[in-house]
Amino acid sequence: MKDTAPNPFVNGLWRQNPTFVQILGMCPTLAITNSVQNAIAMGLATAFVLTCANGIIAAIRKHVPKQVRIATFIAIIATAVTITDYFVKAISIPVYKALGPFIPLIVANCLVLERAEAFAAKKPVIPSILDGAGMGLGFAFGLTCLGTVREVLGAGTFLGFPLFGPNFEPWVLFLLPPGGFISLAIWLLVFASFRERKEAKERAALVEIQHAEVKP
Amino acid sequence: MNESLSHIFVDAFLINNFVLCVFLGMCSFLGLSGKFSTSWRMGVSVMFVITVSSILSFGTNLILVFFHAEYLRLITFIIIIAATVQLTEMFIKKKSPALFRELGIYLPLITTNCAVLAVPLFQTTRGYNLLQSTVFALSASGGYCMAMVLLSLVRERTDLSDVPSLARGTALTLVLASVLSMAFMGFAGMGGGQ
Repeated sequence: MKDTAPNPFVNGLWRQNPTFVQILGMCPTLAITNSVQNAIAMGLATAFVLTCANGIIAAIRKHVPKQVRIATFIAIIATAVTITDYFVKAISIPVYKALGPFIPLIVANCLVLERAEAFAAKKPVIPSILDGAGMGLGFAFGLTCLGTVREVLGAGTFLGFPLFGPNFEPWVLFLLPPGGFISLAIWLLVFASFRERKEAKERAALVEIQHAEVKP
Repeated sequence: MNESLSHIFVDAFLINNFVLCVFLGMCSFLGLSGKFSTSWRMGVSVMFVITVSSILSFGTNLILVFFHAEYLRLITFIIIIAATVQLTEMFIKKKSPALFRELGIYLPLITTNCAVLAVPLFQTTRGYNLLQSTVFALSASGGYCMAMVLLSLVRERTDLSDVPSLARGTALTLVLASVLSMAFMGFAGMGGGQ
Protein backbone atom coordinates (compact mmCIF):
# COMPACT_ATOMS: atom_id res chain seq x y z
CA MET A 1 0.00 0.00 0.00
CA LYS A 2 1.37 3.38 -0.97
CA ASP A 3 1.26 6.12 1.62
CA THR A 4 -0.41 9.31 0.42
CA ALA A 5 1.40 11.30 3.10
CA PRO A 6 5.17 10.94 3.02
CA ASN A 7 5.63 11.77 6.71
CA PRO A 8 3.19 10.48 9.34
CA PHE A 9 4.41 13.11 11.81
CA VAL A 10 3.46 16.11 9.65
CA ASN A 11 0.26 14.35 8.63
CA GLY A 12 -0.98 14.28 12.22
CA LEU A 13 0.25 17.73 13.06
CA TRP A 14 -1.44 19.56 10.20
CA ARG A 15 -3.11 17.74 7.29
CA GLN A 16 -5.18 15.37 9.43
CA ASN A 17 -5.25 17.56 12.53
CA PRO A 18 -7.36 15.67 15.11
CA THR A 19 -9.22 18.72 16.38
CA PHE A 20 -9.93 20.77 13.27
CA VAL A 21 -10.01 18.17 10.48
CA GLN A 22 -10.98 14.84 12.01
CA ILE A 23 -13.02 16.30 14.90
CA LEU A 24 -12.01 13.53 17.30
CA GLY A 25 -11.49 13.55 21.05
CA MET A 26 -14.03 16.28 21.64
CA CYS A 27 -14.62 15.82 25.39
CA PRO A 28 -11.25 17.12 26.65
CA THR A 29 -11.14 19.61 23.78
CA LEU A 30 -14.23 21.33 25.09
CA ALA A 31 -13.91 20.69 28.80
CA ILE A 32 -10.30 21.48 29.62
CA THR A 33 -9.62 24.49 27.40
CA ASN A 34 -10.76 27.25 29.78
CA SER A 35 -7.12 28.23 30.32
CA VAL A 36 -4.02 27.93 28.13
CA GLN A 37 -2.03 26.18 30.84
CA ASN A 38 -4.60 23.41 31.27
CA ALA A 39 -4.91 23.04 27.50
CA ILE A 40 -1.15 22.54 27.07
CA ALA A 41 -0.94 20.09 30.00
CA MET A 42 -3.88 18.05 28.68
CA GLY A 43 -2.46 18.08 25.14
CA LEU A 44 0.94 16.85 26.29
CA ALA A 45 -0.60 14.13 28.48
CA THR A 46 -2.64 12.87 25.52
CA ALA A 47 0.39 13.06 23.22
CA PHE A 48 2.38 10.91 25.66
CA VAL A 49 -0.39 8.30 25.87
CA LEU A 50 -0.80 8.24 22.09
CA THR A 51 2.93 7.75 21.48
CA CYS A 52 3.30 4.98 24.09
CA ALA A 53 0.15 3.14 23.07
CA ASN A 54 0.91 3.35 19.34
CA GLY A 55 4.46 2.06 19.88
CA ILE A 56 3.42 -0.92 22.05
CA ILE A 57 0.48 -1.85 19.84
CA ALA A 58 2.61 -1.74 16.69
CA ALA A 59 5.19 -3.95 18.38
CA ILE A 60 2.72 -6.70 19.30
CA ARG A 61 0.32 -6.31 16.36
CA LYS A 62 1.23 -9.66 14.81
CA HIS A 63 0.60 -11.64 17.99
CA VAL A 64 -2.91 -10.37 18.77
CA PRO A 65 -5.86 -12.38 17.42
CA LYS A 66 -8.34 -10.26 15.50
CA GLN A 67 -11.32 -10.98 17.78
CA VAL A 68 -9.78 -9.65 20.98
CA ARG A 69 -7.78 -6.80 19.48
CA ILE A 70 -10.04 -3.98 20.73
CA ALA A 71 -9.92 -5.29 24.31
CA THR A 72 -6.14 -5.68 24.08
CA PHE A 73 -5.70 -2.16 22.72
CA ILE A 74 -7.87 -0.73 25.48
CA ALA A 75 -5.91 -2.56 28.18
CA ILE A 76 -2.63 -1.19 26.75
CA ILE A 77 -4.05 2.33 26.53
CA ALA A 78 -5.38 2.09 30.09
CA THR A 79 -1.89 1.12 31.31
CA ALA A 80 -0.34 4.14 29.58
CA VAL A 81 -3.03 6.38 31.04
CA THR A 82 -2.49 5.04 34.57
CA ILE A 83 1.22 5.86 34.24
CA THR A 84 0.37 9.41 33.07
CA ASP A 85 -2.13 9.83 35.89
CA TYR A 86 0.43 9.10 38.61
CA PHE A 87 3.12 11.05 36.72
CA VAL A 88 1.07 14.26 36.59
CA LYS A 89 0.11 13.83 40.24
CA ALA A 90 3.80 13.57 41.14
CA ILE A 91 4.85 16.65 39.14
CA SER A 92 2.16 19.18 39.96
CA ILE A 93 -0.82 18.86 42.26
CA PRO A 94 -2.54 22.10 41.01
CA VAL A 95 -2.47 20.89 37.40
CA TYR A 96 -3.70 17.48 38.53
CA LYS A 97 -6.63 19.09 40.35
CA ALA A 98 -7.46 21.35 37.39
CA LEU A 99 -7.55 18.48 34.90
CA GLY A 100 -9.57 16.42 37.36
CA PRO A 101 -11.29 13.35 35.95
CA PHE A 102 -10.15 14.11 32.43
CA ILE A 103 -6.76 12.40 32.78
CA PRO A 104 -8.27 8.96 33.51
CA LEU A 105 -10.80 9.71 30.79
CA ILE A 106 -8.04 9.76 28.14
CA VAL A 107 -8.72 5.99 28.04
CA ALA A 108 -12.07 6.74 26.46
CA ASN A 109 -10.70 9.38 24.09
CA CYS A 110 -11.80 8.18 20.67
CA LEU A 111 -8.68 9.67 19.08
CA VAL A 112 -6.37 7.23 20.88
CA LEU A 113 -8.33 4.12 19.93
CA GLU A 114 -8.87 5.40 16.39
CA ARG A 115 -5.13 5.80 15.81
CA ALA A 116 -4.45 2.38 17.31
CA GLU A 117 -7.00 0.76 15.03
CA ALA A 118 -6.31 2.77 11.87
CA PHE A 119 -2.54 3.10 12.02
CA ALA A 120 -0.65 1.19 14.71
CA ALA A 121 -2.45 -2.11 14.07
CA LYS A 122 -1.15 -2.16 10.49
CA LYS A 123 2.21 -0.39 10.42
CA PRO A 124 5.69 -1.04 11.90
CA VAL A 125 6.88 0.46 15.17
CA ILE A 126 8.82 3.58 14.09
CA PRO A 127 6.13 5.11 11.82
CA SER A 128 3.52 4.31 14.48
CA ILE A 129 5.47 6.19 17.14
CA LEU A 130 5.89 9.13 14.74
CA ASP A 131 2.18 9.04 13.94
CA GLY A 132 1.29 8.99 17.64
CA ALA A 133 3.61 11.92 18.40
CA GLY A 134 2.33 13.91 15.41
CA MET A 135 -1.33 13.30 16.21
CA GLY A 136 -0.70 14.06 19.88
CA LEU A 137 1.08 17.33 19.17
CA GLY A 138 -1.58 18.26 16.61
CA PHE A 139 -4.17 17.64 19.33
CA ALA A 140 -2.15 19.79 21.76
CA PHE A 141 -2.01 22.52 19.10
CA GLY A 142 -5.77 22.41 18.66
CA LEU A 143 -6.35 22.58 22.42
CA THR A 144 -3.97 25.52 22.73
CA CYS A 145 -5.74 27.45 19.93
CA LEU A 146 -9.06 26.94 21.68
CA GLY A 147 -7.63 27.68 25.12
CA THR A 148 -6.11 30.94 23.88
CA VAL A 149 -9.44 32.25 22.58
CA ARG A 150 -11.28 31.24 25.72
CA GLU A 151 -8.74 32.54 28.21
CA VAL A 152 -8.11 35.87 26.41
CA LEU A 153 -11.80 36.63 25.96
CA GLY A 154 -13.12 35.02 29.14
CA ALA A 155 -10.55 36.17 31.68
CA GLY A 156 -8.47 38.79 29.85
CA THR A 157 -5.25 36.90 30.56
CA PHE A 158 -2.78 34.69 28.68
CA LEU A 159 -1.02 31.98 30.71
CA GLY A 160 -2.09 33.90 33.80
CA PHE A 161 -0.64 37.28 32.75
CA PRO A 162 -3.21 40.08 32.40
CA LEU A 163 -3.28 41.39 28.82
CA PHE A 164 -5.60 44.36 29.02
CA GLY A 165 -5.84 47.27 31.41
CA PRO A 166 -7.78 47.17 34.69
CA ASN A 167 -10.91 48.46 32.94
CA PHE A 168 -11.32 45.28 30.90
CA GLU A 169 -14.60 43.55 31.61
CA PRO A 170 -14.05 39.78 31.11
CA TRP A 171 -16.53 37.97 28.91
CA VAL A 172 -17.23 35.22 31.42
CA LEU A 173 -19.46 33.27 29.05
CA PHE A 174 -16.32 32.01 27.27
CA LEU A 175 -15.12 30.24 30.41
CA LEU A 176 -18.49 28.50 30.87
CA PRO A 177 -19.63 25.44 28.88
CA PRO A 178 -21.50 27.37 26.11
CA GLY A 179 -18.32 29.32 25.37
CA GLY A 180 -16.50 26.06 24.69
CA PHE A 181 -19.00 25.05 22.02
CA ILE A 182 -19.08 28.54 20.48
CA SER A 183 -15.31 29.02 20.30
CA LEU A 184 -14.78 25.59 18.72
CA ALA A 185 -17.48 26.47 16.16
CA ILE A 186 -15.66 29.73 15.40
CA TRP A 187 -12.34 27.94 14.88
CA LEU A 188 -14.01 25.39 12.59
CA LEU A 189 -15.55 28.20 10.55
CA VAL A 190 -12.17 29.94 10.25
CA PHE A 191 -10.52 26.77 9.00
CA ALA A 192 -13.42 26.00 6.67
CA SER A 193 -13.20 29.45 5.11
CA PHE A 194 -9.45 28.96 4.53
CA ARG A 195 -10.15 25.66 2.83
CA GLU A 196 -12.95 27.12 0.74
CA ARG A 197 -10.77 30.01 -0.45
CA LYS A 198 -7.97 27.63 -1.38
CA GLU A 199 -10.36 25.38 -3.31
CA ALA A 200 -11.90 28.36 -5.10
CA LYS A 201 -8.44 29.51 -6.16
CA GLU A 202 -7.59 26.03 -7.46
CA ARG A 203 -10.88 25.87 -9.34
CA ALA A 204 -10.25 29.29 -10.92
CA ALA A 205 -6.78 28.19 -11.99
CA LEU A 206 -8.26 25.02 -13.52
CA VAL A 207 -10.88 26.99 -15.48
CA GLU A 208 -8.18 29.30 -16.81
CA ILE A 209 -6.12 26.36 -18.02
CA GLN A 210 -9.15 24.87 -19.76
CA HIS A 211 -9.93 28.21 -21.46
CA ALA A 212 -6.36 28.49 -22.62
CA GLU A 213 -6.58 25.00 -24.09
CA VAL A 214 -9.90 25.58 -25.87
CA LYS A 215 -9.11 28.97 -27.47
CA PRO A 216 -6.30 28.13 -29.88
CA MET B 1 -21.71 10.56 51.61
CA ASN B 2 -24.89 12.07 53.02
CA GLU B 3 -26.35 13.37 49.77
CA SER B 4 -30.02 12.56 49.44
CA LEU B 5 -31.14 10.53 46.44
CA SER B 6 -33.30 13.33 45.04
CA HIS B 7 -30.37 15.71 45.25
CA ILE B 8 -28.15 13.27 43.33
CA PHE B 9 -30.87 12.88 40.72
CA VAL B 10 -31.42 16.60 40.10
CA ASP B 11 -27.69 17.26 40.17
CA ALA B 12 -26.73 14.64 37.60
CA PHE B 13 -29.83 15.03 35.40
CA LEU B 14 -30.05 18.82 35.12
CA ILE B 15 -27.51 20.93 37.03
CA ASN B 16 -24.41 19.02 35.99
CA ASN B 17 -25.86 17.44 32.87
CA PHE B 18 -23.15 15.09 31.60
CA VAL B 19 -23.24 16.28 28.03
CA LEU B 20 -24.08 19.96 28.17
CA CYS B 21 -22.32 21.03 31.35
CA VAL B 22 -19.50 18.56 32.02
CA PHE B 23 -18.68 17.75 28.36
CA LEU B 24 -18.78 13.97 28.49
CA GLY B 25 -19.79 11.73 25.63
CA MET B 26 -19.14 14.49 23.10
CA CYS B 27 -18.24 12.29 20.13
CA SER B 28 -21.51 10.41 20.04
CA PHE B 29 -23.43 13.57 20.99
CA LEU B 30 -22.10 15.43 17.94
CA GLY B 31 -21.87 12.42 15.64
CA LEU B 32 -25.08 10.47 16.20
CA SER B 33 -27.60 13.21 16.87
CA GLY B 34 -28.52 13.73 13.23
CA LYS B 35 -31.71 11.68 13.34
CA PHE B 36 -34.24 11.30 16.13
CA SER B 37 -34.66 7.54 15.58
CA THR B 38 -30.94 6.75 16.02
CA SER B 39 -30.41 9.22 18.82
CA TRP B 40 -33.00 7.84 21.22
CA ARG B 41 -31.97 4.25 20.52
CA MET B 42 -28.36 5.15 21.18
CA GLY B 43 -29.42 7.00 24.33
CA VAL B 44 -31.30 4.00 25.70
CA SER B 45 -28.46 1.55 24.95
CA VAL B 46 -26.02 3.88 26.69
CA MET B 47 -28.38 4.10 29.68
CA PHE B 48 -28.44 0.32 29.93
CA VAL B 49 -24.65 -0.05 29.65
CA ILE B 50 -23.98 2.73 32.16
CA THR B 51 -26.36 1.31 34.77
CA VAL B 52 -25.06 -2.26 34.50
CA SER B 53 -21.39 -1.28 34.45
CA SER B 54 -21.92 1.10 37.36
CA ILE B 55 -23.31 -1.67 39.56
CA LEU B 56 -20.57 -4.11 38.51
CA SER B 57 -17.85 -1.50 39.08
CA PHE B 58 -19.19 -0.81 42.56
CA GLY B 59 -18.71 -4.46 43.50
CA THR B 60 -15.31 -4.71 41.86
CA ASN B 61 -14.10 -1.57 43.58
CA LEU B 62 -14.84 -3.17 46.98
CA ILE B 63 -12.61 -6.11 46.02
CA LEU B 64 -9.84 -3.78 44.81
CA VAL B 65 -9.94 -1.77 48.03
CA PHE B 66 -9.83 -4.99 50.05
CA PHE B 67 -6.60 -6.04 48.31
CA HIS B 68 -5.15 -2.47 48.34
CA ALA B 69 -4.90 -2.49 44.55
CA GLU B 70 -6.53 0.84 43.78
CA TYR B 71 -4.02 1.58 41.02
CA LEU B 72 -5.73 -1.12 38.95
CA ARG B 73 -9.05 0.75 39.14
CA LEU B 74 -8.92 2.35 35.70
CA ILE B 75 -7.97 -0.84 33.86
CA THR B 76 -10.62 -2.85 35.71
CA PHE B 77 -13.37 -0.34 35.02
CA ILE B 78 -12.64 -0.15 31.31
CA ILE B 79 -12.57 -3.94 31.00
CA ILE B 80 -15.92 -4.19 32.84
CA ILE B 81 -17.36 -1.64 30.39
CA ALA B 82 -15.97 -3.48 27.37
CA ALA B 83 -17.47 -6.73 28.64
CA THR B 84 -20.85 -5.09 29.33
CA VAL B 85 -20.93 -3.63 25.83
CA GLN B 86 -20.08 -7.04 24.38
CA LEU B 87 -22.91 -8.64 26.41
CA THR B 88 -25.38 -5.96 25.33
CA GLU B 89 -24.38 -6.54 21.74
CA MET B 90 -24.91 -10.30 22.01
CA PHE B 91 -28.21 -9.81 23.85
CA ILE B 92 -29.63 -7.39 21.27
CA LYS B 93 -28.41 -9.58 18.41
CA LYS B 94 -30.22 -12.58 19.89
CA LYS B 95 -33.43 -10.78 20.92
CA SER B 96 -33.90 -8.26 18.14
CA PRO B 97 -31.82 -8.63 14.98
CA ALA B 98 -33.63 -5.65 13.42
CA LEU B 99 -32.53 -3.26 16.16
CA PHE B 100 -29.04 -4.75 15.99
CA ARG B 101 -28.78 -3.93 12.29
CA GLU B 102 -30.05 -0.42 12.90
CA LEU B 103 -27.49 0.37 15.62
CA GLY B 104 -24.67 -1.29 13.64
CA ILE B 105 -21.29 0.26 14.29
CA TYR B 106 -22.57 2.47 17.13
CA LEU B 107 -22.87 -0.40 19.62
CA PRO B 108 -19.15 -1.24 19.96
CA LEU B 109 -18.45 2.51 20.03
CA ILE B 110 -20.18 2.77 23.42
CA THR B 111 -16.93 1.40 24.91
CA THR B 112 -15.08 4.62 24.04
CA ASN B 113 -17.88 6.88 25.23
CA CYS B 114 -16.32 8.83 28.07
CA ALA B 115 -19.67 9.26 29.81
CA VAL B 116 -19.71 5.49 30.44
CA LEU B 117 -16.27 5.50 32.06
CA ALA B 118 -16.95 8.69 34.00
CA VAL B 119 -19.86 7.26 36.02
CA PRO B 120 -17.81 4.56 37.85
CA LEU B 121 -14.94 7.03 38.35
CA PHE B 122 -17.18 9.73 39.83
CA GLN B 123 -19.12 7.37 42.07
CA THR B 124 -15.84 6.04 43.51
CA THR B 125 -14.38 9.51 44.08
CA ARG B 126 -17.55 10.75 45.74
CA GLY B 127 -17.87 7.63 47.90
CA TYR B 128 -21.47 6.79 46.96
CA ASN B 129 -23.03 3.61 48.34
CA LEU B 130 -24.74 1.05 46.09
CA LEU B 131 -28.17 2.72 46.03
CA GLN B 132 -26.68 6.19 45.50
CA SER B 133 -24.47 4.83 42.70
CA THR B 134 -27.40 3.26 40.91
CA VAL B 135 -29.48 6.44 41.13
CA PHE B 136 -26.48 8.46 39.98
CA ALA B 137 -25.91 6.14 37.00
CA LEU B 138 -29.58 6.22 36.00
CA SER B 139 -29.93 9.99 36.23
CA ALA B 140 -26.60 10.79 34.55
CA SER B 141 -27.36 8.49 31.63
CA GLY B 142 -30.93 9.78 31.52
CA GLY B 143 -29.50 13.27 31.17
CA TYR B 144 -27.30 12.05 28.33
CA CYS B 145 -30.28 10.48 26.58
CA MET B 146 -32.33 13.65 27.00
CA ALA B 147 -29.58 15.88 25.59
CA MET B 148 -29.18 13.54 22.57
CA VAL B 149 -32.91 13.61 21.85
CA LEU B 150 -33.17 17.40 22.25
CA LEU B 151 -30.27 18.07 19.90
CA SER B 152 -31.51 15.57 17.31
CA LEU B 153 -34.94 17.22 17.24
CA VAL B 154 -33.36 20.62 16.62
CA ARG B 155 -31.04 19.22 13.98
CA GLU B 156 -33.93 17.63 12.09
CA ARG B 157 -35.43 21.11 11.81
CA THR B 158 -32.21 22.79 10.68
CA ASP B 159 -31.83 20.17 7.94
CA LEU B 160 -34.72 21.84 6.18
CA SER B 161 -33.53 25.42 6.63
CA ASP B 162 -31.18 27.45 4.50
CA VAL B 163 -27.76 27.48 6.16
CA PRO B 164 -24.61 29.01 4.59
CA SER B 165 -22.59 26.19 3.05
CA LEU B 166 -19.59 27.15 5.18
CA ALA B 167 -21.39 26.49 8.45
CA ARG B 168 -23.06 23.21 7.46
CA GLY B 169 -22.13 20.13 9.48
CA THR B 170 -20.18 20.24 12.71
CA ALA B 171 -19.96 24.02 13.08
CA LEU B 172 -23.74 24.39 13.01
CA THR B 173 -24.16 21.48 15.43
CA LEU B 174 -21.73 23.12 17.83
CA VAL B 175 -23.62 26.41 17.73
CA LEU B 176 -26.89 24.57 18.42
CA ALA B 177 -25.24 22.68 21.29
CA SER B 178 -24.01 25.99 22.67
CA VAL B 179 -27.53 27.41 22.73
CA LEU B 180 -28.83 24.26 24.45
CA SER B 181 -26.00 24.48 26.95
CA MET B 182 -26.88 28.11 27.72
CA ALA B 183 -30.43 27.00 28.42
CA PHE B 184 -29.13 24.39 30.84
CA MET B 185 -27.08 27.01 32.67
CA GLY B 186 -30.42 28.25 33.94
CA PHE B 187 -30.65 25.16 36.15
CA ALA B 188 -27.41 26.10 37.91
CA GLY B 189 -29.19 27.70 40.87
CA MET B 190 -31.37 24.65 41.58
CA GLY B 191 -30.55 22.49 44.57
CA GLY B 192 -27.98 24.97 45.79
CA GLY B 193 -29.58 25.15 49.23
CA GLN B 194 -28.92 21.50 49.99
